[in-house]
Amino acid sequence: MARTVTTQRKVIVTAIAWTIAIAIFFPILWTFLTSFKTEADAIATPPKFLFFDWTTENYTTVQGRSNYFLHFWNSVIISVGSTVAALIIAIPAAWSMAFVPGKRTKDILMWMLSTKMMPAVGVLVPIYLLFRDTGLLDTRIGLVIVLTLMNLPIVVWMLYTYFKEIPGEILEAARMDGANLTREIIYVLTPMAVPGIASTLLLNIILAWNEAFWTLNLTASKSAPLTQFIASYSSPEGLFYAKLSAASMMAIAPIIVLGWFSQKQLVRGLTFGAVK
Amino acid sequence: MATQASRAAGRLMISPAVILLFLWMIVPLGMTIWFSFLRYNLLIPGDNPFVGIENYQYFFTDPNFWPALWNTLTLVLGVLAITTIGGILLALLLDQPMFGQGIVRVLVIAPFFVMPTVSALVWKNMFMNPVNGLFAWIARTLGFAPFDFLSAAPLFSIILIVAWQWLPFATLILLTALQSLDSEQLEAAEMDGAGAVSRFFYIMLPHLARAATVVILIQTIFLLSVFAEILVTTNGGPGNASTNLTYLVYSQSLLQYDVGLGSAGGIVAVILANIVAIFLMRMIGKNLET
Repeated sequence: MARTVTTQRKVIVTAIAWTIAIAIFFPILWTFLTSFKTEADAIATPPKFLFFDWTTENYTTVQGRSNYFLHFWNSVIISVGSTVAALIIAIPAAWSMAFVPGKRTKDILMWMLSTKMMPAVGVLVPIYLLFRDTGLLDTRIGLVIVLTLMNLPIVVWMLYTYFKEIPGEILEAARMDGANLTREIIYVLTPMAVPGIASTLLLNIILAWNEAFWTLNLTASKSAPLTQFIASYSSPEGLFYAKLSAASMMAIAPIIVLGWFSQKQLVRGLTFGAVK
Repeated sequence: MATQASRAAGRLMISPAVILLFLWMIVPLGMTIWFSFLRYNLLIPGDNPFVGIENYQYFFTDPNFWPALWNTLTLVLGVLAITTIGGILLALLLDQPMFGQGIVRVLVIAPFFVMPTVSALVWKNMFMNPVNGLFAWIARTLGFAPFDFLSAAPLFSIILIVAWQWLPFATLILLTALQSLDSEQLEAAEMDGAGAVSRFFYIMLPHLARAATVVILIQTIFLLSVFAEILVTTNGGPGNASTNLTYLVYSQSLLQYDVGLGSAGGIVAVILANIVAIFLMRMIGKNLET
């Protein structure tokens, strides 16, 4: 039986929780508001919260001056490309580890995880030099390769924890009914695995979109994704608050929306199934 | 029952992932180790002689090394303290019945999805700027002199920024763990006369211990390599006041072109991360048994 909660208590909890939540969210809200101000209003004292002349000119200026869409497109290609590549490699691997586990399956899983523990800076120098010598520096394909390999362990792990939950009996039943391996995968496994694959896809696009070590070190201009594009605002353009805000909003809005849809998967993906 | 054929197929399916990851791990790491024993500077042409542990000696005696190590640990521990304690308190709060719980959750989660360069720049310019920042305005309104966060307390400011990004992560995971707690257990304890405080310390906290450990270990892995936040706010400065190991290696190898020295630093960073990783792997491995 659930405990009854007095309305008074609920109201107090609500007030406290909303205050804290808005405080945590405030920097994003403030960036959102500032992106619609004129530069003068953006640094006005006292700060203007809602009552200012709303304008969208910052967005057009940012696009006009620094070609936002090129960088947006780079981000899309790099994050989606690396995620899809990782899925293509990981789905068969996770499938076989979940349904045909061998003696060494657990060791392989743990070993894959251990590659994720290696700090990126430990291999910065050789990757940089290899990229320089092969002409991969500042190319989208180069970043797709690095981010695919970087996220591969997480993708395998997430898929593995999802596939593990598909009851093996169903597969056996299909096999008894005469389904061969190909049919088994297409008609039985895939429909049940789609939700897990979709959440893996979503979480990895988010991780790749926000990755800010390799994207900053391996790109300069033409293949720079949004992380690098924003970093170029570090100075002195950063002092133009309204334009900085507009550029920032355009860089984070798509992924925040995706992120809100993937809260649950986030826990599972980032803890490697240790917390569900 | 797996047949012989499906076993062979299984091996075939697993091999691309294993081979690629193996190459990704072994080739660059091997190169880093090799470079760390060479005198190798991109600005100095000619061959790169083998010099043994010279680079490591230079790295450990570099006046920036100990501050960088210290900064790395301060950054990790500072962010961990804020996010773990804050995360537990927030998770307890969000677990209470309230109006609009879904929206509150969404607001609290949001910072985690903000890319590091954006959050660092927004905090640096719009909040911590001593002239036009919001904090400066608040200070002036209350009659204090504005505080120049990133010059006067660079590491502390970076800790604040990074903690803001990771607090949602800790909260989300601890909340998930809290919601899996059997409410009957709590009711039974209450009937036996346990107060709110003892219910927290004897039932909730032990239940959260596992999730909290996971939070701490995973965050440590990521926090050891904080980079973008430092690059766009302070560039490691003033002096070396906010240089961590990752940033130090970056500046030695890509700014000063000293491949040998940078590689030695990279290996030190790998060793440091591995010490943490061993504990994390053990926790996750235990979970795999069940």
